[in-house]
Amino acid sequence: MANARGLVAVNVEECKGCNLCIVACPVDVLHLADSFNTHGYSPAEYDGEGCTGCGICYYACPEPGAITVYKNWAEAQEAYICQTKKVPSRLTITDAVKGLATCEACGQEVILSNFSHLSFAE
Amino acid sequence: MSVKILGKSKGFYDTYERRPGSNKEQTHYCPGCGHGILHKLIAEALTEYGVAENCIFVSPVGCSVFAYYYFNAGNIQAAHGRAPAVATGVKRALPESIVISYQGDGDLAAIGGNEILHAANRGESITVFFVNNAIYGMTGGQMAPTTLIGQKTTTTPYGRTLQNEGYPIRMAEIIASLESPVYVERVMLADTRSKNAARKAVRRGIKNQIEKKGFSFIEVLSTCPTGWKMSAPQAEDWIKSTLVKNFPLGVLKDIALQVEPLDLSKHLAAPGRVSKLIGLDEEKVKFDTSAMKLNPQIDQEIKIAGFGGQGVLSLGVWLSEIGMREDLQVSWIPSYGPEMRGGTANCHVKLSRDPIGSPLVTHPTVLIAMNRPSLEKFEDDVIEGGAILWDASLIDIEPKRNDIVKIPIPATDIANELGNTRISNVVILGVLAGFSDFLDPLVVQRVLPIIFKKRHLIEINLKAFQRGLELGRELSQ
Repeated sequence: MANARGLVAVNVEECKGCNLCIVACPVDVLHLADSFNTHGYSPAEYDGEGCTGCGICYYACPEPGAITVYKNWAEAQEAYICQTKKVPSRLTITDAVKGLATCEACGQEVILSNFSHLSFAE
Repeated sequence: MSVKILGKSKGFYDTYERRPGSNKEQTHYCPGCGHGILHKLIAEALTEYGVAENCIFVSPVGCSVFAYYYFNAGNIQAAHGRAPAVATGVKRALPESIVISYQGDGDLAAIGGNEILHAANRGESITVFFVNNAIYGMTGGQMAPTTLIGQKTTTTPYGRTLQNEGYPIRMAEIIASLESPVYVERVMLADTRSKNAARKAVRRGIKNQIEKKGFSFIEVLSTCPTGWKMSAPQAEDWIKSTLVKNFPLGVLKDIALQVEPLDLSKHLAAPGRVSKLIGLDEEKVKFDTSAMKLNPQIDQEIKIAGFGGQGVLSLGVWLSEIGMREDLQVSWIPSYGPEMRGGTANCHVKLSRDPIGSPLVTHPTVLIAMNRPSLEKFEDDVIEGGAILWDASLIDIEPKRNDIVKIPIPATDIANELGNTRISNVVILGVLAGFSDFLDPLVVQRVLPIIFKKRHLIEINLKAFQRGLELGRELSQ
C-alpha cells in the first residue's frame, strides 16, 4: 500500500476495548483481539500492516496512553536512540501486531506502545 | 526534523499512583467515556503551550472528581458545583497560573448553577470545561437539568416530561448572554471531525487565559455509554442523531480579539498579608498521634470488600440484621467508587454491646475479601489476632501476615456446585457462623427467610448457608 507509512501500537494493558478506534480507523486496520488483558478487557489490536499514520484512532481513543501512532515510521525507525547505550540506533519490527521491535545497538526488545519511555533524535 | 508521534501526553502522569487498587495504568472511566478524550485534548494543549507546570486543575463532584489521579498539574478537588468559586480564589491569589474548572452537567447546571453564573458574570479569567452528557453518570444515570424531553433515566423512567421537569437547560446560551465572558463555544465528541473541532476549542479556551483575555466557557457534548445503556460507538451516534439537535453546536460568543488583556496582579494582596490576617503565621498546631492507639476489641468490626455485584453490601446488611435480632447494637455503611462497571465495593459493619460512636471500620477484626484487589488493599488494616476470610476460588494469592487467622473459602466453587454463582456470599456467611461464636446459626437460619425478598431463592440460600456452616465448623477444629 502506497500510503502505508505509519505505525500504530496499542498498549494492551491500557485499552478497555470500547471499539471507538476500530470504528474511527479510515483504512480499517484495527480489530479487537481474541485474548483478554489483565483487567479483563479485550484490547484493540493492529492488523499488522496498512496504517497510514493519520492519527485519527489516537484522538478517537478515550485512554491517555492506550494508542501510540508513529506518523512516519521510517523516520522514527532511523531517529531512534538506544536507551541502554544512549547512542543513535535503528529499530527493526519483530511483531507489528503486538507493536514489538528490536534495537540494533543493544539487541533488546522495544515495546513501541511504551512511547513515553522511548527517545528519538530531534 | 523531529519525529512525529502521537502518544501519551506529558500532561498526564506516567502511571496513576494516586489511583487506589492495583490498576495504575487505566483511567477509572467506563470504556468509551468522553471524559478520557477531553482529558487528552486538555493535556495536549497544556503541554504544547508549555503551561502544564503552571496549571491548576479544579475538579468538583462527578465522574471527573478523580482528575487529580491523571493530570500532571496542580490539582484541587472542590465541593459539588463549587469549582468556579474555588477557581476564582485560586486565580486571584495566583494570577499567573492557568486555572481550569472541569465540570459535568449535574455539577455545573444543577447544584453549581449559581456559582458558574456569577463567575462568568464577574468575567473571572479562568477556563471552564463543561462536559454535558445529559445525565448524572457517576451516581447511576439520574435525570440532569440537561436531560432531553422524553429521555429515560432512572429518575424519569417514563421519559422526562415538560409538565414535571421542564425543558433541558442550554448553559452555553445562558453564559453567552452575559456581558463578561469572552469566548463561549459548544462542541461535541462524536466523530473525527467533531473531535478535531473540540481540540481547537480547547486550545482557544486555554490560549485566551494565557493571553489574560478573561472568562472562556467550552461546553462539550460527551458520551456516557453506561448511563445511556449503549455501546461506545452507539453512544457517539446518539450524540449526532439526537443530542446535538437539542444543543446546537458553534461559537456562541467570541470577543477575545476585541478585549484588552486584563491586569490581574493589580488587586493582589502583598505576600504574607493574608496569612497574617487570619493568624496562620503563628506557630503551627501540632497533632498528638499517641492518643490514637486502638484499644483491644471485644466486639466485632467487620469489613466486607469485593466487586460490585458479588453481594458485598447485602452480606453486610444481613450481618447487621442478624446482629439486631441478637439484641446487639449494629451499624452498616456502604462505600463504593464512582465507577459503574468493574468498580470495587466495600461495606463496614459494626456489631457491639455498647452504643456505636462511628460506623467507620478502619481496623477490622474480620475482613471478608471477595476479590484480589480487596485482599491486597485491606490485609494490613486487620488488627493483630483478627481473621481474614477470602474467596479462594477467585483469589490466587494468600494473605502474607502471620499474626492473623486465615480462612480460605472456595465460596464461588461451592456456589456454582449448588447451582447459583450469586450465593457465594451466603456460603461465606455460613463459614463465619460455623467458625466463630459471635453468630448464632439458629438465629441466622431464622433470619435468612425474613430478609430474602425473592421467596423462591430461600431454599437454595439456606442450603448454601448449611454448606458454609459445615465447612466453618470443620475449619475451626
